Amino acid sequence: MGIKWDEFFITGDPLILGSQIAIVLTMLGIVAGLTYLKRWKWLWREWLTTVDHKRIGIMYIISAVLMFFRGGMDGLLMKAQTSRPEMEFLTAQHYNEIFTTHGVIMILFMAMPFLIGLMNVVIPLQIGARDVAFPQLNALSFWLFFSGAMLFNVSFVIGGSPDAGWTSYFPLAGKEFSPGIGNNYYAVALQIAGIGTLLSGINFVVTILKMRTKGMTLMRMPMFSWTTLVTSIIIVAAFPIFTVALGLMTFDRLYGTHFFTLSGGGLDMLWANLFWLWGHPEVYIVALPAFGIFSEVIATFSRKSLFGYKSMVVSIVGIALLSMLVWVHHFYTMGAGAAVNSVFSITTMLIAVPTGVKMFNWLFTMRHGRIRTTTAMLWALAFVPCFVIGGVTGVMLAMGAADYQYHNTLFLVAHFHYVLIPGVVFAVFAGLYYWWPKMFGFLLNERLGKWHFWLFVIGFNVTFMPMFFLGLKGAVRRSYTFSVESGFSNLFLVSALGSVILAAGFAVFCYNIYWSLRHADRNITGDPWHARTLEWATASPVQPYNFAKLPVVDKLDAFWHMKKSDSPELTLQQTEIEEIHMPNNSGLPFVMGIIFGIAGFLLVFEWHLAAAVAAIGIFACLIVRSFDYNDGYHIHKAEVEQTEQAWRLREGEVNRYVG
Amino acid sequence: MSAKAYGTSSLPLEYQSEQSRMNILGFWIFLGAEIVLFATLFGVYGVLYERYAGGPTHQDIIMIREVMIQTMLLLTSSFTCGVAIHEMRRGSLKGLLTWLVITLLLGAGFLYMEINEFMHYVHEGATMQTSAFLSSFFVLLGTHGLHVTFGILWAIMVIIQLLQRGLTPVTARKTFIIGLYWHFLDVVWIFIFTFVYLKGMVS
Ligand code: HEM
Ligand SMILES: [Cu+2]
Repeated sequence: MGIKWDEFFITGDPLILGSQIAIVLTMLGIVAGLTYLKRWKWLWREWLTTVDHKRIGIMYIISAVLMFFRGGMDGLLMKAQTSRPEMEFLTAQHYNEIFTTHGVIMILFMAMPFLIGLMNVVIPLQIGARDVAFPQLNALSFWLFFSGAMLFNVSFVIGGSPDAGWTSYFPLAGKEFSPGIGNNYYAVALQIAGIGTLLSGINFVVTILKMRTKGMTLMRMPMFSWTTLVTSIIIVAAFPIFTVALGLMTFDRLYGTHFFTLSGGGLDMLWANLFWLWGHPEVYIVALPAFGIFSEVIATFSRKSLFGYKSMVVSIVGIALLSMLVWVHHFYTMGAGAAVNSVFSITTMLIAVPTGVKMFNWLFTMRHGRIRTTTAMLWALAFVPCFVIGGVTGVMLAMGAADYQYHNTLFLVAHFHYVLIPGVVFAVFAGLYYWWPKMFGFLLNERLGKWHFWLFVIGFNVTFMPMFFLGLKGAVRRSYTFSVESGFSNLFLVSALGSVILAAGFAVFCYNIYWSLRHADRNITGDPWHARTLEWATASPVQPYNFAKLPVVDKLDAFWHMKKSDSPELTLQQTEIEEIHMPNNSGLPFVMGIIFGIAGFLLVFEWHLAAAVAAIGIFACLIVRSFDYNDGYHIHKAEVEQTEQAWRLREGEVNRYVG
Repeated sequence: MSAKAYGTSSLPLEYQSEQSRMNILGFWIFLGAEIVLFATLFGVYGVLYERYAGGPTHQDIIMIREVMIQTMLLLTSSFTCGVAIHEMRRGSLKGLLTWLVITLLLGAGFLYMEINEFMHYVHEGATMQTSAFLSSFFVLLGTHGLHVTFGILWAIMVIIQLLQRGLTPVTARKTFIIGLYWHFLDVVWIFIFTFVYLKGMVS
């Protein structure tokens, strides 16, 4: 075991002590608050046991925002540390831990859950369905993600954080060079969250293939549904690789096998290959849905249908296929030789082609459109140039020979932030402003939204643009400090100042949520943006059963055309109302999440027996589930009628008032 | 959500409700993920299989006679599993149960032999920690073995439900799905037998 009890809680660092106190206080605060407001029952009934895709989506998004905060704090700490030469704010070890947790949290616990959250909220609505294919499995996906994320996050106060980078390359990540338990957290927590993601992937493939409403052929699906379908397929194809890689890492670290070790015939670069065989598709797992969001937002606010729909679909599928064939570009310096590097250079550069097609499609969608610069649309507009910078520098990096120069420098770090922040963060912000009324029944404040937008976009560019030049001058990544003689000081300082502006943008965003919760106008229609797709054809916030009658579709942008032609699809006759079947809530996914978390925690500390005992609980849950023949319940006609009347009436009134 | 109840009676029992059809499709997709998982393990094995690190090689340890018997057991179990599903389609609960139990017994026999085989290797000093070859060997085979174990436990649960409820669209679907799973494990074994054992014997 080799666990030293006096090292169980991390002590001695004032920053960490501060966080520990903050965590304990926050938890006490939450418990006290719930008890005081008598909200425990409510929490359990409405949220922890819910199988409603919209609520699950909201829980994903809340978690993702919290994780964004955590990952962002990490980013700021790093920027503070490198703001001046020879700064003594973080130690080298602490810096290592922070860039590792920052990378992991941002990609796996912020970007992915944010997007999966939006998918959860939107996809069933967009395809005119009443839920996902497997609602309870969907809840399990969420709780596994949540459990993995929490497990990963406690690492910095209990036991120590992983410190081998978000890629955790061997041999560094192995037991020989990282004997502590930090990297066990990486192996175990990501495994748990990864299982959840895989289940989500399966769920969405079946949902989209099987549950589209009548008339919605694949080629009449909104673009976000398309990207979700393809993303889910990539998840199913790529995540098992990560499962195996993490499993083997666990074996190496916990049970002394020799997959990636230097001794016993292991091969360290095997890890790098497996990691990126999953890791590069992962980049597209977060990028494609983001492209989908931009497609919806741009079409809605240009008031035109998406330009080049078919070529969009072909590009998405093309990107998905190519994404599996480029993984070696992450380690050209491995020494695989000129031929191998050339092949992967070419496949990598090829990705620029379908991506370019998409760019032009968005531009042509806007051309001659009557553009409304709402906050959501602003994010989409800023995305275009910023992402192009990320893409072009990506093509620079794609050239194997040239990469020997850029490799491991801040040039690369700047590149992927220019891809991930415009490509994912701008997208989730756009999506959040856009779909917020669908989730909560009020808009986020547009004025504050614009402050959020400008601060964030300016801060982002000021932070990361200097990093390109730092990298070209030779500043390496993952280095906790630099000397005065290096001449890097000014650029690093500018970059650090940029991150403060960025943080201010995020603060405005949080304030916007608070402000809108308290003051925003609740009298909005189901369709506040005059949008084009089916999710807007029902109430905001959406009633539990989504649609009283499932809409029938006969073309792309169906809702738009229904509005234009005053289609009977939009009204509801008494005779059309029927009982609606709904799945029951279940506490099982939540309980399984907890057991997974406990078992994982014990495994991290290498208490194998205890972990095995906890794992029995997982099997017990599976058995309970297998014997569960609960078939759900029905919402009665009268109740449907009441709900429908309420929102349709209000809709009419708001429309009359606005008109 | 099962909007439509059991209606389209021309279809086999397990395909009759919309929810069942979705479950079966979902399971096929899950099997797709399983294929990727095993393909990765095979890939790892393919990279490491000659890295003996001074430890035992294939020829030193493999007990081909035992492995042949294991293979026969598992292949037969796949056949009996097919018969079981056939009986189910004919509507014979008794036939289904009989053949299912035979299938599981064969599976248990396979597992018993595999565990013995592993113990033998360990006694010979060929453990998971000995070399990269053995690490990948044990993890690939162990993953398959775990799948079989899990399959047996799972099938027992399904059998209990069949006894409790008889053949309904839901129990039929569950049986059908475990059948798919069982055949899948058989296919994986064929690959293991070919690429690990046979290839190991001749290399
Ligand atoms: C929001 C403001 C952000 C700031 C200030 C920031 C800052 C940084 C810094 C300073 C580094 C380490 C540079 C080094 O020394 O190597 C870094 C690394 C990284 N960042 Fe960010 N970042 C931000 C957002 C994001 C986002 C949104 C993502 C992903 C969706 C992301 C993903 C990563 C990854 C994967 C790494 C590499 C970690 C490693 O080296 O293992 N970052 N970031
Ligand atoms: Cu890549």
